[in-house]
Amino acid sequence: MSVKTLTIDGKMVTGMAGETIFNAAWEAGIRIPRLCHVGGVSDVGACRLCLVEIEGQKKLLAACLTPVEEGMVVHTNTERLRAHRRLILELLFAERNHVCSVCVMNGQCELQDLAAEAGLDHVRLRYQFPKLGVDTSHERFGLDHNRCVLCTRCIRVCDEVEGAHTWDVSGRGARSVIIADMGEPWGQSESCTSCGKCVQVCPTGALFSKGRGVGEMRKDRRFLKYIVTAREKHQWIR
Amino acid sequence: MDSLTKKPRLATVWLGGCSGCHMSFLDLDERLFELHRRAEICASPFTDYKDFPEVDITLVEGAVTTAEQLEEIRHVRRRTKILVSFGDCAVTGNVTAMRNFFSVDDVLDRAYRETATQIVGIPSGNPAVPRLLDRVRPVHEVVKVDYFLQGCAPSAEEIYRLLMDLLDGRTPALAGRKFGS
Ligand code: SF4
Ligand code: SF4
Ligand code: SF4
Ligand code: FES
Repeated sequence: MSVKTLTIDGKMVTGMAGETIFNAAWEAGIRIPRLCHVGGVSDVGACRLCLVEIEGQKKLLAACLTPVEEGMVVHTNTERLRAHRRLILELLFAERNHVCSVCVMNGQCELQDLAAEAGLDHVRLRYQFPKLGVDTSHERFGLDHNRCVLCTRCIRVCDEVEGAHTWDVSGRGARSVIIADMGEPWGQSESCTSCGKCVQVCPTGALFSKGRGVGEMRKDRRFLKYIVTAREKHQWIR
Repeated sequence: MDSLTKKPRLATVWLGGCSGCHMSFLDLDERLFELHRRAEICASPFTDYKDFPEVDITLVEGAVTTAEQLEEIRHVRRRTKILVSFGDCAVTGNVTAMRNFFSVDDVLDRAYRETATQIVGIPSGNPAVPRLLDRVRPVHEVVKVDYFLQGCAPSAEEIYRLLMDLLDGRTPALAGRKFGS
């Protein structure tokens, strides 16, 4: 496989042909913000937080979907990008109901962390207060639509890693919601194996284990790396 | 600046919040003496005052949830040089704003009819009972806010650092704060 050399934030970086800018950057220690990307499953470019500037291109591109190319000059943290990221985060907070102080993920949440990193100290947009439900029909887990950012990590891990494809998106735009099977309560889903993988990869408090109080939910997605290494390299190592 | 003591004038106000941010303020403990040495504390829920005075810095706890509070915060803004949204209810609406899922009528019904046991009925027409706004708003939605101190509640350390930064004339170092925690 051929190796490509490019510049990211002034640093010389190499990547394999076909590898994404996101991966090449992270391997070189340049941490591009992300919400929908999670290592071990495919990328969909749903959140746009990983947008980067590429010299000679007008359009901003999602680093998690754009392959590296020879001689590329990439910027990941310009003023323009910071302004876009801040606005994306504000849209996410305004669109659903995020009340961090009473959320199971308070203090451990990827959305909260991204906002802190971006220096987001208030939301300039008007909060929408959509009326959304919480599905607690599953015996071990719950889905709180109020906290969902529609990153679709749950859908992809359930489909690609567990092989169950329980989750999907129904509706369009701001009305989109995550559904189990054909829209039944999660507890009545025939495809769900109750493996809990979706819960572990969900970046927010949307998917949680029952019985957790405020700030008590912890997520651990080391299993993903284990499974991916086992699949790709046939090595069963932790 | 206070004309008598030559110290910057500080105030705190309490809108729609649980008073947790003010409790955190009181957790300054012995640092309150240092704060008193550095600033003139002119008005707060802990002090007695009739009309909100002219001040240099005001910390605002709570979201704007009644017509009275809307008037109050506009008045406070006119009389304050630096206005700080103090804690998540002021910054985001937080728990106070969770009533926004319901209409004001439903909220009042729930509080004064459905769950009341002693005196059942909505206290309308009583001027002592403030009128609820149709929607709870974060402070910056109704007046200009200069700084935002996130947290439910912000810790005494963070409050102290913010106040010392402001009193020393520095831009407060608030980067990296999180909503909620
Ligand atoms: S999911 Fe994250 S951002 Fe949303 S309320 Fe919970 S802790 Fe806050
Ligand atoms: S618990 Fe497992 S099978 Fe069930 S929805 Fe989540 S990932 Fe899919
Ligand atoms: S439930 Fe969680 S993982 Fe699934 S789309 Fe919503 S935020 Fe993402
Ligand atoms: S991480 Fe690239 S679009 Fe979400």
